[in-house]
Amino acid sequence: MDFPALTLLIFLPLAAAIVLFFVKRDDVVWPVGAALSFLPTAVAGWVLWEFETGEASMQFTEFVQWYEPWGIGWNLGVDGISLLLVVLTTILFPIAIVASSRSVTRSPKLYIAQMLVLETGLLGVFLALDLLVFFVFFEIVLVPMYFLIGMWGSDNRIYAAVKFFLYTAFGSALLLAGILALGVMASDQFGTPSFDFNTLLELTISSGAQKWLFAAFGLAFAIKVPLFPFHTWLPDAHTEAPTAGSVLLAGVLLKLGTYGFIRFNLTLFPEASVDWAPWLAGLGVVGIVYGAIVAIVQPDVKRLVAYSSVSHLGFIVLGTFALTNQGLQGGVIQMVNHGLTTGALFLLIGMIYDRRHTRQISDFGGIAKVMPVFAGFFLFSAFASVGLPGLNGFIGEFKILLGSYLTLPVHAIIAASGVVLAAIYLLWAYERMFTGPVDDAANEGLKDLDARELAVLIPIAALIVFLGVYPKPALDRIEPSVNAVLDRIELMTDYEVPDFGRPLELAE
Amino acid sequence: MGDFIWIVIALPLVGAIASLAFGKRLGEPTAGYLGATTVALAFLYALVASLKFFAGHAEPDTVHLFDWIPSLGVGADFLWDPLSATMTLIITGVGTLIHLYSIGYMHGDERFARFFTYLNFFVASMLILVLGENFGIMFVGWELVGLSSYLLISFWFTKPTAAAAGKKAFIVNRIGDFGFLIGLMIIFASFGTLSYSHVFEEASLVLNTPTATAITLLLLVGAAGKSAQIPLYVWLPDAMEGPTPVSALIHAATMVTAGVYMVARAAPLYQLAPVSGGVVATVGALTALLAATIAVAQKDIKRVLAYSTISQLGYMFMAVGAAAYVAGVFHLLTHAFFKALLFLGAGSVIHGMSGEQDMDKMGGLRKAMPITFMTMAVAWLAISGIFPLSGFWSKDEILASVYDHGGPWLVLWGIGIVTAGMTAFYMTRMMVLTFWGQSRWDEGVHPHESPSSMTVPLVVLAGLSAFAGFINTPFLPSFEHFLDPVFERFEVELAHLPGGITPWILALISLAAGGAGILYGIRRYSKVVPAESDGIWATVREGYRVDDWYGNLLVLPGKEMSEAAAFTVDAKGVDGIVNGVGGMVQRVGQMLKPIQSGFVRSYGVGVLVGSVGLLVWFMTRVL
Repeated sequence: MDFPALTLLIFLPLAAAIVLFFVKRDDVVWPVGAALSFLPTAVAGWVLWEFETGEASMQFTEFVQWYEPWGIGWNLGVDGISLLLVVLTTILFPIAIVASSRSVTRSPKLYIAQMLVLETGLLGVFLALDLLVFFVFFEIVLVPMYFLIGMWGSDNRIYAAVKFFLYTAFGSALLLAGILALGVMASDQFGTPSFDFNTLLELTISSGAQKWLFAAFGLAFAIKVPLFPFHTWLPDAHTEAPTAGSVLLAGVLLKLGTYGFIRFNLTLFPEASVDWAPWLAGLGVVGIVYGAIVAIVQPDVKRLVAYSSVSHLGFIVLGTFALTNQGLQGGVIQMVNHGLTTGALFLLIGMIYDRRHTRQISDFGGIAKVMPVFAGFFLFSAFASVGLPGLNGFIGEFKILLGSYLTLPVHAIIAASGVVLAAIYLLWAYERMFTGPVDDAANEGLKDLDARELAVLIPIAALIVFLGVYPKPALDRIEPSVNAVLDRIELMTDYEVPDFGRPLELAE
Repeated sequence: MGDFIWIVIALPLVGAIASLAFGKRLGEPTAGYLGATTVALAFLYALVASLKFFAGHAEPDTVHLFDWIPSLGVGADFLWDPLSATMTLIITGVGTLIHLYSIGYMHGDERFARFFTYLNFFVASMLILVLGENFGIMFVGWELVGLSSYLLISFWFTKPTAAAAGKKAFIVNRIGDFGFLIGLMIIFASFGTLSYSHVFEEASLVLNTPTATAITLLLLVGAAGKSAQIPLYVWLPDAMEGPTPVSALIHAATMVTAGVYMVARAAPLYQLAPVSGGVVATVGALTALLAATIAVAQKDIKRVLAYSTISQLGYMFMAVGAAAYVAGVFHLLTHAFFKALLFLGAGSVIHGMSGEQDMDKMGGLRKAMPITFMTMAVAWLAISGIFPLSGFWSKDEILASVYDHGGPWLVLWGIGIVTAGMTAFYMTRMMVLTFWGQSRWDEGVHPHESPSSMTVPLVVLAGLSAFAGFINTPFLPSFEHFLDPVFERFEVELAHLPGGITPWILALISLAAGGAGILYGIRRYSKVVPAESDGIWATVREGYRVDDWYGNLLVLPGKEMSEAAAFTVDAKGVDGIVNGVGGMVQRVGQMLKPIQSGFVRSYGVGVLVGSVGLLVWFMTRVL
């Protein structure tokens, strides 16, 4: 076995959290915490660098048998589906920590430690290839997030934190049952229980069993996404969470659901996936339209962005269950894109909240006059979110729409109305907050962004442009693994992936 | 040269980035000259690169810059052919003049440099639109010009009406894009790529008539948004909130013609869908007529021109719908000159009148602003279709081609003639109210001629408006020969002009219509200014209150639906169930309170027991 890069990656944040408790001086907690949070970024950068493009299977694999009688192993690996999510996670955490350094005053040490534990949990989810280990990380994530909302949130934080915790934990119970069932089946078929993902892929699962297991896994992930109609915990959690909590919730946590669908549902239960695909894609489409319509009239801008997440995640689910190369690739890249753009929007909302202590759209007006740079970044992020070509959001949306039309044309056509609705809710909000005269005296003396805030936003903006203009490096890494998932579905079922999209060759 | 055609996009883009980064430091007027220079250089490059097309039949160039979204068959690919060359020359040529003009017009604006950032960005976006070699890149440009338009309409964003107008333009355009996108989905599903060369070459083999009709009608939806046709034209009059050079460049000469360009570019697809061609032409004819009637009643000089633009775009749609692609692009070209001139002239008037736009408060400006008056007079006669100015040739070619189709197309021709008369009439009305008669200026207004940075572009455009028509006369159809290869390449059959003396008679009829319009206009307005304030005039002036209709039928119910969804369905319904279940669990929990020991381990046991229970239940189903 090579150098255990992924183990290091997972435990670095945890180690950093422990180190942080030995920092005695309060005034250096933030700098030290922020500095430590860059260590995982460096390791993830190294993994990205060493990752072999064009390879579909797992890389950097690690395997240590943990408890043989139960078939549990410390089993890690990264492929094109998880790679960019891992990188995104390690980029958003330092940003989120730096962004909180002014607004969080209550026990900062504990706050940063919670964040770092959360990072360990999230990285573990994306990298674990043993289903029980995956489940443990999936659950670990809830705890720091619960405290982040419950301790550092706004007025109604306890309600939101409990709702978040209970709702998602409810889904987890089903997931655990499903995972255990798979382990027992392995023991039946292979003589020894196993929770190793690769071993479980060898299982023969009857189509009836696939349906039940798909539902167990699927419900857990659907709540996490959240897919309509399981979405109502999200706006509450977002509105009450501190800025960094919202950034990470939208940026990474929601992706646990879509990632789970792709990683486990599509591969372990191919037959059920093909059967259920139109229904799940349908819920995705409902989410796209419904989330957008509900977003339009939200009086609270943070809630508005939260509902926009429901809409955007609907696109990802549609792309996933369209079961086409373009759609699924679009879904994976869109997970990253949504993390960046919505992350940026939440950061910006946090910055104005720090100044005005309100999130009500009607409390603002004409802000572009007093905070032109802030307004520029907000508009930029809004257009990325609206899916303006040249920025990242477009790549995913375009692939998802064109890709899902191949198998689910009606779904795709309805989903396309999302591009109109997104323009309505974001530009209308922008108009009310940023344009017109400054008619509230409280908005007159607002300070524009300072250097620290710019340092937080510029890397995200740079990635938004980069992925929009030149997504090829990202797409090249995603494509083989995504295609392998679909190849497997073709192999296991009589479903045929439409063969579309010719390699680029120009006449003469 | 053609291999590096992306340079013409890069130049204004670099200008935009530079003035975004250093605009404050460059200051006025340097930032303006920087912007104008980059566009002028792009024009020169394009001019040299298109020499080979002027010389005769030359192969188009296709440039692959980099892979963009390979699995959709969309690369950063550009096509340099006579059609994209024509568009590029118009955009950069008129663009240069308008950049120069803006240096004078925007003098003293506190966001002077930012204006040129946006204007340069617009030029780059528009060039992406026309130079792309596939529908994907066209869509990129399509959206980016929408963004530029949004930014420039709401440039003076502290004015609520300007901000609202920008938003409206973007959203209405997005409705069009919705159709465009679905069209792209079908194209991709049919061909597996969005590249023009593949799609157009294989179109006749791959597409059946219903599919071709669906694609082309959906593309029309997009085109109707961008080119302000029925029913999506409502954003353009409001777009006049933007600074006048913006109206000239974006909302008259270039961006709004994108829909015309799109239909011409997709000619091989429209060829397979005769019904769509008819729909395009009908939409164009009705739009031309409707907008012309509204233009007649306007008081605001810019709104006259806005409705006039919608009307003239209708002519272009009539042309491309009738497969008279050359005539459509020809009118696009001449219109770019005379309408840009009219807008810039109006801007000059507004500038000289200290911001006044109401024609009731003008009059007699001819003496105070002689250059503005003389140049606008050329454009007035050109748009009215007076021989031998440019508008005469291009409008006539459209009407003759439409006439040649015969049958129901004769109705469209008739609408075109009526509209031509009305065009001459409302333009005369505008000229007379502005430049002739008694001065009706507000006190304290001292009209004066604009500085030379503004008048020089007017003079250049006046020359072009007068003589540009000669590039494509029936006697010497050079422009037709220039564009023909674009359509020959994919075996598109073009419309022709009728033979014999028919074209002469048709020309006389449309001349007569134009002349009548002018004469009646002079008679009606030169002595006294009629009040024009009774019911019908007011209704028409407000565009038949279509905005109110849309507001009551679409926007308001939409908002109500949205509120119902958010505050009833979601908050009470969906979330109500969630909280109801939660509450129920809580009540059950109250009953079961004793087992709440507070010890984590006992909860752990609970979780375990529960999971095992679920497992057992599962096993009974699964195994």
